[in-house]
Amino acid sequence: MAQFGELVAREEMKVIVFQLMEKEYAIEVDVVESIEKLISVTEVPRTPSYVYGVINLRGLVTPIVDLRERFGLEVKALDDSSRIIIVSMEEFEVGLIVDDANDVFDIPLSSIEPQPEVVGTIESEFIAGVAKVDNRLLVLLNLEKILEPLKRVTSDEF
Amino acid sequence: MDTNQYLEMFLDESKEHLQACNEHLLELEKNPEDLAIVNEVFRSAHTLKGMSATMGYEDIADLTHKMENVLDAIRNSKISVSTEILDVVFKAVDYLEEMVMDIEAGGSGKKDVQDLVNALNNIEAGHEAITTSVMETSATTLEVVQAQDMPKTELNYDEYELTVISQSQEQGFNALEVTVTLRDDCLLKAARVFMVFEILEKAGEIIKSKPDVEFLENEDFDASFTVVLLTKEDSVAIQAKVMKVSEVEDVLVTELTAESLIQGKRDKETSSQSLEQETTATEVVVKQETAPEKSKRSTNASHANKTIRVNIDRLDILMNLFEELVIDRGRLQSIASELHNPDLNETVERMTRVSGDLQNIILNMRMIPVETVFNRFPKMVRQLARDLDKKINLEIIGAETELDRTVIDEIGDPLVHLIRNALDHGVETPAERIAKGKPEEGTVTLRAYHSGNHVFIELEDDGAGVNRSRVLKKAIERGIVTEEVAGSMTDKQVAELILASGFSTAESITDVSGRGVGLDVVKSTIESLGGHITIESKEGQGSLFQVQLPLTLSIISVMLVNLEKDIYAIPLSSIIETAIIQKSEILNAHNQKVIDFRGSIVPLVNLKGIFEMENANKMDEYQSIVIVRKGDKLAGLLVDSFIGQQEIVLKSLGNYLQSVFAISGATILGNGQVALIVDCNSLIK
Repeated sequence: MAQFGELVAREEMKVIVFQLMEKEYAIEVDVVESIEKLISVTEVPRTPSYVYGVINLRGLVTPIVDLRERFGLEVKALDDSSRIIIVSMEEFEVGLIVDDANDVFDIPLSSIEPQPEVVGTIESEFIAGVAKVDNRLLVLLNLEKILEPLKRVTSDEF
Repeated sequence: MDTNQYLEMFLDESKEHLQACNEHLLELEKNPEDLAIVNEVFRSAHTLKGMSATMGYEDIADLTHKMENVLDAIRNSKISVSTEILDVVFKAVDYLEEMVMDIEAGGSGKKDVQDLVNALNNIEAGHEAITTSVMETSATTLEVVQAQDMPKTELNYDEYELTVISQSQEQGFNALEVTVTLRDDCLLKAARVFMVFEILEKAGEIIKSKPDVEFLENEDFDASFTVVLLTKEDSVAIQAKVMKVSEVEDVLVTELTAESLIQGKRDKETSSQSLEQETTATEVVVKQETAPEKSKRSTNASHANKTIRVNIDRLDILMNLFEELVIDRGRLQSIASELHNPDLNETVERMTRVSGDLQNIILNMRMIPVETVFNRFPKMVRQLARDLDKKINLEIIGAETELDRTVIDEIGDPLVHLIRNALDHGVETPAERIAKGKPEEGTVTLRAYHSGNHVFIELEDDGAGVNRSRVLKKAIERGIVTEEVAGSMTDKQVAELILASGFSTAESITDVSGRGVGLDVVKSTIESLGGHITIESKEGQGSLFQVQLPLTLSIISVMLVNLEKDIYAIPLSSIIETAIIQKSEILNAHNQKVIDFRGSIVPLVNLKGIFEMENANKMDEYQSIVIVRKGDKLAGLLVDSFIGQQEIVLKSLGNYLQSVFAISGATILGNGQVALIVDCNSLIK
């Protein structure tokens, strides 16, 4: 919850809502640079399986992370509704592959709760909180944890 | 006048001119008789004076003015060039540089220049007495040029305008000079100017304004402006009409007569033909004096116009936008090939050619010659050599070698350290050199050249070289190496000890190369740029410092190859050659596949296996391999097929994927796809 601490002053938080396995997740709109349709991805060898590859994002080579893989969910082939959400972290930009992204939403801060004991199969450290709005359950992601830089991805065992 | 918006331009241009001064002064020292060089220096100093005066930096203007006087005296052969005089002039340029730096750092550009001004005055005065009269004339000529540079309070008329005025006067028009002063609190100056112009244009014809209309429209003037009006109305009527415009403080109308024009012209000594027939002898002389001055100035101006300054960020944006364009071009090409429309094909082909040229230009724009760093060294070496009482000749080779801007910015300081070191510790004093049978003058060579993916910068001196026993003794004292290790070290290893931190071999610590903190800083800076530094030294014969720098962020040539469905790029600098071998040529040695390549055994590297790809162990009957090297070691990379050679832009994978094994970066291909660049160095043990 620490990262939302400074938001107390505001009453609402604008988020982008996207789907993964029929569940709805949310990222704060401020970190989202753009939402892209799937474009040609180049695989990068010897990286963790959730690193889907790199794309050419307007001249910038941008890594893409498959969120399903990252969360250990069932992997699904990409289709027309799949989207890449480009998020801008402090030192880099990364694209997140999601099933669908179609909503911008204002969440009242009061509706955000710490995550319940059991939320699906996703590792709890990836989750910053849960918001319940109009019978919808939105899982707020902790991007810092999800997108820890990959240092020395594979060491020189070669 | 608000000068802030011009500040950056002023700083850039000042630096350029000061650099030009330095270069030409050094040249002048070598060829003291060549007065053409003095002219060059003079021109730079003169422009600098004009600019700084306009910008309100009085100290700079004063100092340049004095410097100019001395130069002028040299130019007119009243003083002959001597080292002492040049020292003072160099000092003046130094001071000017300091002041410009100060302004850049946000300071006022003020500095106590009195001593220097006195010194310059003395030089000038030593000869002035004899030639006072001549000096005066030349000084006035200067003033004229100066006056043309800077805003004037009164108007000057060129030949054409004078003719127009005289002709209209003959036809009964009055030529009026109308000076309008707006109120200080006037908010819409441009609007008032417009109203004044409208009134005046109804009354007659405006033939001139000061400042120019363009500046007036942009409100780029102080409270007052002057226009010249040809009208049949009289001055009182005009004055009354203009006064009706609100927010006008004052209107001054003076009638121009033939006499006042001639008088004004004489005062100003502008080069122009006389309005009347009475062309006097003096005027002819003046014209001859100023004309060559003018033509020289215009050639100088055309030189300056050859470059413009662009923020590097904009170049990056341009580059990215261009890459977008290339992607679309690729799409267009494939659409065109499907449609088989001759017109479309032709257009796409043309576009491909044009964008190819465009790409070259954009990539080259980011590269700048290493000269921009090197050009400050000759003066530094001159000064240091004088301080150290040594005779040193600096040779610069390959200053045109181009490097990426980002590297250029970082490389200056390390090179300064190296040069100082070479001068202080490398080259011996003249006496020592003569005793050793070397020429009295030491030679330091600074060399830059491209080689593969790298730029090499070498600094070679013919000095004392690294004294093995002394370095080892010191290194053991400092605990950098142990005595046992010391004995077995090669000369090269010993030489490189001087790059270790806390090392100083100079018997006496001088303020030139400091306390030995320099060289290890050099090493770390160069390594932080992804480069290497090596030293080769022969005792008694000199040393060679070699700095190897990557061309980061720049173009590299690669070989594109297929691995399964992906395209990978292998830097050409690592490639020895490509070959297609038969399966039967592959041999096994200790579980390692090898081939016999031109008489040597070369291990094969299964790239697909390393990249954990499918079909890793599939081997075709005819297998394509790329022979790469690291140092003197070779390896053969197994690839599916060759695509071809291409120039690419190196891109990093970013901070998320900080280190991927055997991948040094990525690039974007013509079709918009990302291709990864193979790091051959990590593939060869």
